[in-house]
Amino acid sequence: MANKAPQIPNIAEFIHKIKSGEIFSDIAKEITESQLWTSAFRHGYADTPRNRVLQIASNVWLHLHPVKMHRHALRIKFTWCMGGITFLLFLSTVVTGVILMFYYRPVGEYAYYDMKYLQYDVPFGMLMRNMHRWAAHAMVITVWLHMFRVFLTGSYKPPREFNWVIGVFLVTFTLLLSFTGYLLPWDQLAMWAVTVGTNMARATPFLGNEGPFAEYVGVTPRYDARSLLIGGSLVGPPALLRFYVLHCIFIPLIAGALMIVHFWRIRKDGGISGPL
Amino acid sequence: MAQAAAAPKKKVEGVPEKLHVWPYLVRLEFLCALVTIIALTVWSIVIDAPLEEAANPTKTPNPSKAPWYFLGLQDILVYFDPWFAGVVAPVLIIVGLMLIPYLDVNPKGNGYYTYHERKVAIWVYCFGFLVLWIALIIMGVFLRGPGWNLFMPWQYWDPHKVVALVSVDLPYAFGFRDYTWSAIFGGGVLLAYFGIGTGAYFFMERKALKSVGFLRMLLKIQLALIMMGIVIKIVLRIGFNIKYIMVTPWISV
Repeated sequence: MANKAPQIPNIAEFIHKIKSGEIFSDIAKEITESQLWTSAFRHGYADTPRNRVLQIASNVWLHLHPVKMHRHALRIKFTWCMGGITFLLFLSTVVTGVILMFYYRPVGEYAYYDMKYLQYDVPFGMLMRNMHRWAAHAMVITVWLHMFRVFLTGSYKPPREFNWVIGVFLVTFTLLLSFTGYLLPWDQLAMWAVTVGTNMARATPFLGNEGPFAEYVGVTPRYDARSLLIGGSLVGPPALLRFYVLHCIFIPLIAGALMIVHFWRIRKDGGISGPL
Repeated sequence: MAQAAAAPKKKVEGVPEKLHVWPYLVRLEFLCALVTIIALTVWSIVIDAPLEEAANPTKTPNPSKAPWYFLGLQDILVYFDPWFAGVVAPVLIIVGLMLIPYLDVNPKGNGYYTYHERKVAIWVYCFGFLVLWIALIIMGVFLRGPGWNLFMPWQYWDPHKVVALVSVDLPYAFGFRDYTWSAIFGGGVLLAYFGIGTGAYFFMERKALKSVGFLRMLLKIQLALIMMGIVIKIVLRIGFNIKYIMVTPWISV
């Protein structure tokens, strides 16, 4: 074995490196040139035009953005930042909502007591519930403001007409998400607000038992638009389960899919609107 | 390009029109997210979400209110039957909003703030959003008490407040006592409202007919007449104690 003599570290040089701080750049170099690092991060972090492009283009989360944009679209005075804040609030409700789902059972006998348990016994349970509720309420307001801003800047005009239509769907789903969640605490506030809201469905023309022309269709209180929505003739445990499933699975999936289309189309329609 | 002058107010020398999203936009988004999350967290620490007593189907609170964002719709229940206020009106709002890009063919004001280049559009939207939606919500949250009666903020919410129901239907106010003739009169008033409104609009905008198109103009004026009709009905009810315009066994407006 023609073995090399083991390198004996030069103590003096080593101490010099520590003293001068050179050791840090050595360690950094060792890490950033390792196979593990270079496999995860495909480009350097130095502030070069190339890295600025790659930072967006090679990142799955950031590549919803274009690589470059007009200066005017950066101004908060123009965008109010409301679309982005709405999305952030949606994400906050997803995170806090998943945590709440660990403790909450959508069953008539348990739901209210699970709320009490969440509030008094679960560590940070009250905070999670507060964040979930306030983010949801805030989201309703920010999505309205976003829509208002888009109208005032005429951003629904060609070529962005269809993205406005998707946006109106998203506003509607935001309200439906909030409304279905409103029932879940299973307290007096929840039950009666949802009773008032869903009572409207029984006035649906043709399809609601108290609506105009219902007698020609033959719907009954147990078999009409309202009973389809709440699974019975009054807001009871079946309504709780239905609203839970709609709130946690059905509407978030549809709203999420529409959000992807909404964001993607901003780019495809030429980026954030601006003076041509 | 008058608007181009308004966009980059302070033209910084040497800064190009197009900027890299990293770092200029991403850092802004990060800051916005930081502020929002901090505000949400502080708010959630300070103010607790409400939790009342357990749901009880035998104990109806008075007033029973929908979630706050629907209180504008609940408030027009005073003036309209549930089939309109609770079903048709929300559908019309959603469909009407979706139609905006296809009905507003004014090419000006695309991508910048302007009032002068699209006065009508701004007025209609602001009226619908700020008055018919937001103001009614504020009224529904703060001013509607037991029995959905109107209470000023300094008034006690008296559940036994008696409000005389003195409203009459429009045909009755005009002296019609016969059921059939009342329905015919009421239907005639509605038809005349939409007919004359549509006719007047088409006459006034006859020059635009070719460029805008018949269907667009028809839809536009119908939506506008319905929106104005809601306001007219509110005024008739509050100012003149009119309940319905038209009463039939099937449907009343």
